[in-house]
Amino acid sequence: MQALFSLFAAFFKIGVFGFGGGIAMLPLIFQTVRSFHLMSASDFADLVAISQVTPGPIAVNAATFVGFHSAGVAGSLAATLGVVIPPFVIMLLALRFLDTYKESRIVQGVFAGIKPATIGLIAAAVVFMAQTVLIAGSALALVPCILFLAAFGVSMTGKVNPIYLILVMAAAGAVFCS
Amino acid sequence: MKQDLQYQQNTESTSRQEGHAKRGALLWQLFASFFRIGLFTIGGGLAMIPLLDRIAVREKKWFDEEEMMECLAVSQSLPGVVAVNMATYVGKRKGGFAGALLATLGVILPSFIIILVIANILLRVGDNPYLAGAFTGIKAAICGMILATVIRLGKNNLKDAFGWIIALAAFVLIVFLQVNVVWVILGAAVLGIAWTMIQKKHSAKGGD
Repeated sequence: MQALFSLFAAFFKIGVFGFGGGIAMLPLIFQTVRSFHLMSASDFADLVAISQVTPGPIAVNAATFVGFHSAGVAGSLAATLGVVIPPFVIMLLALRFLDTYKESRIVQGVFAGIKPATIGLIAAAVVFMAQTVLIAGSALALVPCILFLAAFGVSMTGKVNPIYLILVMAAAGAVFCS
Repeated sequence: MKQDLQYQQNTESTSRQEGHAKRGALLWQLFASFFRIGLFTIGGGLAMIPLLDRIAVREKKWFDEEEMMECLAVSQSLPGVVAVNMATYVGKRKGGFAGALLATLGVILPSFIIILVIANILLRVGDNPYLAGAFTGIKAAICGMILATVIRLGKNNLKDAFGWIIALAAFVLIVFLQVNVVWVILGAAVLGIAWTMIQKKHSAKGGD
């Protein structure tokens, strides 16, 4: 029972303080998991590898994985609830606040600033993701670069369902990157 | 008279039933769509953006690109799992509290199930070159897809010089100067407030 509670608490903390999402959350997850004595560094390396090859938000992958390792399915559940509840509640409160004050000049001003900033943030995230996958050593990785350009071109037309595109690129990667 | 009343009550209850059915269908759509999105969000929450654009904006027409931009801005500005933020936002807007709950459940369920069922197998096949290749392909493709989406969003949402400058500044600060995202968002919010105040003053003067 205490194990479940500390799993919930650790991931609740990650859910509250995690910012930016995705890989940006891994350092925080690592620090928290270590300070709660939930997992060793080598198990954490497994977790990172698995998060890279499984779908879904990385924080949820991590919660399920760490929870299962320390307390089975109940542990997975406790950790996942811990990481999901904070953003869920915070977003509901934020939406209520926004609906109440949407005419306010301050709220409109905040949106005037953070909307364009979001575009910059997402573009920056693309650069960081691209660094991990398009560069091998000090040179460009040829096949991933070709797949990147192909996916970009096809997406710009807006005509192909991204799900099919992902499946095709997975097949291409399995053949040409293996 | 009495018959009329009864007839009215009947039609009222059928229309209420239709309403219930419609709402049930919407809630199911929210769950199923976000399950699909969760299943193909590979490599972190931002991979969700092209899928959200396709499914919520183009297929289901739940909202337009401008509102999607608002969803992204709020989701990025609040702490926590970005995917959960986005699912809660869309779910709440379209289906109230139940919608928020089902969309969130939908987006996290695939990763929860997959980790539980196959994580232990994956650890053993992690060295499989074909699997590793497939994920390299997926990640390369997702970079291209997010880039295409962000270009489209930028074209449609950056309406003036102020917007372009903020977007560019945010990009440069994060990529080249490694400034923390939190500061970038706070700075953008403050500048946005100042810009809105200045514009209001100008338009008030112009109106006089």
